This record gives sequence, C-alpha cells and structure tokens, in this order.
Amino acid sequence: MKKDTNRYRKLLTGSVVPLMFLIISIISIPISNFSTDYLLNGIITRLARNSFLVLSLILPILAGMGINFGMVLGAMAGQIALIFVTDWGISGMGGLLLAAVLSMPISLLLGYFAGAVLNRAKGREMITSMILGFFVAGIYQFVLLYLCGPVIPFRSPNLILSRGYGVRNTVKLSTFGVLDNLIYLKIGNIGIPIATFIVIGLACLFIVWFRKTKLGHDMRAVGQGMGVSDNAGIPVEKTRIQSIIISTVLAGFGQIIYLQNIGTLNTYSGSEQAALFAAASLLVGGATVAKAGIPNAIIGTGLFHLMFLVMPAAGKYITGQAMIGEYFRTFISYGVVTLALILHAWKRQKDKDMDRESFRGNKDIIKEG
Amino acid sequence: MDKIKEFVKDFGIARLIIAAFLLLLFAVAPIFGVRLDTSISDVLTRFGMNAILVLSMIPMIQSGCGLNFGLPVGLIAGILGGVISLEFRLVGLAGILTAMLIGIVFATIFGFLYGELLNKIKGDEMIIATYVGFSAVFFMNMMWILLPFRNPSSVQGYKGEGLRTTISVEEYWFRAISNFGQIKVNKYLTIPTGMLLAFTIMALLVYFFFKTKLGTAITAVGSNPDYARAAGISINKMRTISVVLSTVIGAIGINMYQQSFGFIQLYNAPLAFAFPSVAAVLLGGASVNKASIMNVIVGTILFQGMLTMTPSVINNAINIDVSEVIRIVISNGMIVYALTRKVKK
Repeated sequence: MKKDTNRYRKLLTGSVVPLMFLIISIISIPISNFSTDYLLNGIITRLARNSFLVLSLILPILAGMGINFGMVLGAMAGQIALIFVTDWGISGMGGLLLAAVLSMPISLLLGYFAGAVLNRAKGREMITSMILGFFVAGIYQFVLLYLCGPVIPFRSPNLILSRGYGVRNTVKLSTFGVLDNLIYLKIGNIGIPIATFIVIGLACLFIVWFRKTKLGHDMRAVGQGMGVSDNAGIPVEKTRIQSIIISTVLAGFGQIIYLQNIGTLNTYSGSEQAALFAAASLLVGGATVAKAGIPNAIIGTGLFHLMFLVMPAAGKYITGQAMIGEYFRTFISYGVVTLALILHAWKRQKDKDMDRESFRGNKDIIKEG
Repeated sequence: MDKIKEFVKDFGIARLIIAAFLLLLFAVAPIFGVRLDTSISDVLTRFGMNAILVLSMIPMIQSGCGLNFGLPVGLIAGILGGVISLEFRLVGLAGILTAMLIGIVFATIFGFLYGELLNKIKGDEMIIATYVGFSAVFFMNMMWILLPFRNPSSVQGYKGEGLRTTISVEEYWFRAISNFGQIKVNKYLTIPTGMLLAFTIMALLVYFFFKTKLGTAITAVGSNPDYARAAGISINKMRTISVVLSTVIGAIGINMYQQSFGFIQLYNAPLAFAFPSVAAVLLGGASVNKASIMNVIVGTILFQGMLTMTPSVINNAINIDVSEVIRIVISNGMIVYALTRKVKK
C-alpha cells in the first residue's frame, strides 16, 4: 500500500513540469499564428541542434551528482576546436571530424579538473559546477582575448581583432551545415537532417550500452549511496570523475553539432546559455536531479524548444508588446529549472523527515509533515 | 617560523595573495602616473556603495542557509522602493529614506516567502537560491514594463509607459547620503563620511543583533542544528528570520548604491550584484557557514580595491585592459575555493 502511494506521488512530481509545459504550449500555439509547417520545421531543426547537448547531462545524474552545469567546460572545448579548424581553413566533413578529435583532449583535461573539484564539494555539486563554469569562462576569455595572436599563432588575420590580438567576437565557421547537409531529406516543406539524427541516435545507443557496463553499474551504485559503494570496493571518487569527464567530452561534441547548425560562433558568449537550456530541456522532459533517461532528454528538448519558438509571438499578440514574450520565455526557462530543483529537494526532505518520524515510531506527526 | 605559518593559515592563503597584489598595485601606482589619493578616494566610495550589500550575506551564512546567491530578491525590493519613491517625487534625504522604508516593507514580504521556501529544501539552498534570484529578476522584467508607473523621469519617453533601463535620480536624491558630512581633503581625495557612517550604523546593528538572545539562537541553528533543536529553538523560524534580515539589508544596500551611483538600474542589472557580493565576503575570510563584520570590511576593501586598481594601474602599465578577466577569475575562483573547503564542524 505504502509503495503504491509512493509510486503515485513519484509519477505526479515527475510529470508536473512536462504537463505544465504542454499546457502552456498548447495554449500559445494558436495564439502565435504560426503555420504547422513552420512549427514542425522549427522543432526538427532544434531537436537536431540541441539533443546531443542535453544527452551529455545524463551520466552525471546517474552518478548522483545532479545536473552538471559544468558542461559549459565541454562547450568551450568544442568552441576552441572549431576556432582552430576555421583558422586552418579546413572545411567540410574533415573539418568537423578534426574539430571533434581536437576537442577531446581539451574536454578530457577540463573534465578531469571539474571532477576533481566536485569531489571536494560533495553535496553541493550543482552550485559548484555552475560557478566553476563561470571561473573557467574567465580563463577561456583570457586565452582567446589576450593570448591568441601573440602567444598562440593564428594563420588567418581576419579571425583576429583589428587591435592585433584576440579572436573576433563572432567567427564565421568553416564547418557550417556540414553534418546537417550530409543526408538531407525533404518531405513537402519539411526538411530533416538525417545524418545529425543518426549521430544523436549513436549517442543514445552509447548511453544505453554504457549503463550496462561495469562502469555504468558502478556509477549507478555511487549515485545511490557513496558510503555503501565505497564499502563494496567501488572507487567512488574515480567513478565520479569519470562520469564528469564523459559528460564534458559529450558536451564538447554537442556544442560542435550545435554550432555547425548555427554557422557563426559568438566567441565570448556562445557557451553561456548552453547549460541553462540543456538543463531546462532535460527537466521539462520530466527528469529530476536524481533520475534522467534518454526519453526525458528528447521529449524535453522538443517541448522546451516548442515553447521557445511560440512564446515571443504569443506574448506579442496577447500584450501587444514584443518584449513581454521575450522576457516571459526567459523567465520560463529559468523558472522551470527552479521549479524542478525545488520539487526534487522538497520531496527528498519530506522523505527524510518521514523516515525519521517512522524511525521514532511517532505516527501522528507523519500526517502533519 | 611557526608563528608565520600560523598567521598565514589564520589569514588564509588566498586572502594573503590578493592583499599582497593590492599592496603591490598601490606601491607601483605612482610610477605609472596614477594618483594615490584619487585611488584611495575611489576605493572609499566603492566601499561605501557596496559594503552594505556584502553585509547582507551575514545573517543567512550564520543561520546555515549558506551564501545568499538569491541576493537579487532583496535588490528587487530595494529597486521597487526606489522607483516608488520617485513616483512621490521626494527629494534629498526624505526621498532616499522613503525609498529605503518602502524597500524594507517589500523585502520583509519577499524575504519571508523566500525564507519559507528555503526551509522546504534544506541542503540545496545555494543552487536553488541562485535560480530563485534569476527567476525573480526575469519575472520582474515583465513587471517593470507592466506596472503603472507615471513619473516621466522613470518611464520610457516615447511611450510614456514601462520603466527605463536606467533611471537617473539626479533631480531627486542623488548623493543624498554621500554628501552628508562629506570631507574634501583636496581636489582628488574626498571622504564619503555619510556612506561610511551609514555602513557603520548598519554594521553595529547587525553586530548587536547577533549578541541578543534571538541572534545567538540564529547562530546556534547555523552551527549545530541538532543542539539548537534540543535546546527548544525553532529551526525554521530562525532561518526565516535570517533570510528576511539578509533580504532587508540587501534592499537597503542597493538604495545606498543607487544614491551614490546616481542611477536606478532595472531589468537584468540585479544579476550583476550577487556573485561579487558573495565573492567579497569570502575574500574577507568568511566560509560557507561562518561570517563576521570583520570579514565584510576586509573583503569589501580587498575586492573593491582590486576592482579600482587593476584597470587604472595595469592599463597604464601594459596598455591592455585585463581587469574584466581578472575580476571574473578572482571572484568566481574565490567562490569555488570556498565551496570546496572542508566544512569545519
């Protein structure tokens, strides 16, 4: 009996956020006046663009480290790789693959660093990973803004700011649309970048496979309880670092896929929002800070970007002011993360209180809780 | 030798490096044509502008709610106070004091709700506070457009509705507190007595509050919740009180900042205050669960000193503006460092 109510409650807290989102979107779609073709195209493009980034968040959640806001480290690694590939003038599929290969050592290094830092901040991984992202962004800025040119040699002078050093604020990438256009299917007015979806599918397969390996099982065990895992002989700290490294490397690939779709890189602000949008997407898909799967990632990406697409137009038609819709969707993206974090933490605290009360054998207080 | 080691350990290696860096900047400043008295004047003014915001960290740290990344909640209350006082078109001290009073009322309400929320999610306060701060700012972005403000100096000129991004308080209460008892030593050095006095009053209030029975109870909740519970202290109530206090001080702090700066900044502006204020108190030697007035004073001087001195001295020395990057790296590095330190029980 107790188990049933628990499951019911879990289902409810699990689907509050996606349901809320679905309702908001269903209400705003007719108001936004967009055609079905336009919306479908938009959603497909955004799914192809963002899913990989969202998938990169799954493994740290499995390892009990919450949402890895430090995925921006990987995003930065991807951007650095793309800048160099563009500088060397390598375009096409070769350029894209080279960027992916180049991003890996940077991601590995940054991921190891992030994992080691987070091991020293157990219990507050999320806030630490977030601030760590800001910190590394500062170093990233320093390297690109001051060292590129004089210290790190560049071949193409048009990538460098007119003052003689530092990478330009926007970089036109040589790998624009490479993956999307590799196999591009057009049904009616709707275009589908098949190759990109194949890559995303491969990432999903990787995650499914990985969860079944020894390391994957270890990660799950560490996520359930670090003390128990340690007693069972699992190297807890090492496993946690590995989950962050994989997440960072995947985020690097994700950012490369994202940017080949966009075509231009905002050198100094491109990675800022990556973690927010990825986290919001995953949580909108019904994931919690402790449990996330591939369906959460894909459904969430679709739903979140549907909202992102229709909200400014809907807001404009309702209030007559374009800015309101703009602000509303930013508010919703942050609000969704906030709400999901609160729901999860609240539930955890309630469970803990209940355990304590039942341990004391005091049944009256449970009702009040 | 042991004494030196102990001193370094007590003072904190990070603080020592920054302090040494700052001293070095002051020492070499005259070589690069930066006037020392101008620099000191700047540091004092910035100290007056920011110290109360940093002070607002203390109650929440003491009660165990962690670093107040949700500072924007308090700032919004203060900003509301500011723009409402402009609606009444009050000038001078009356204007700024009204702004503060209204801000305090809003901050009490917001702080209460914010505190109740934080009570439901113990253990995850910091990440949730950060996101509550973000959400509050973006929610208010819509409100700044929709709320019916009428004063022509506050609303956007061409439409007559929706608040401006920055509102000048020049004709109302610009420097109302800064000018109070201001001492001009020479052309370059001014001592903002009013602001320093205001900070001293606030700091003393906080200091003596934590000496009262209520204040001690809050500290007890922060340092040992189980003991506090056993002593019959209501943990949730104490935490809520501390959050309300932090929010109220934050609201007063932003009004102080505005009157000296001369502008009320709206929309995304409150986001720019939380992380620097957190970094400053940490730089002053506070930890995630312990902070004192001394930490606030030392931290604000070091942090603002660094912000003042790096652009002027380093730009003059090497002609490259690295101050922004230095600010990002040091402030966030400081926060990461504090979060990864083993908590002393």
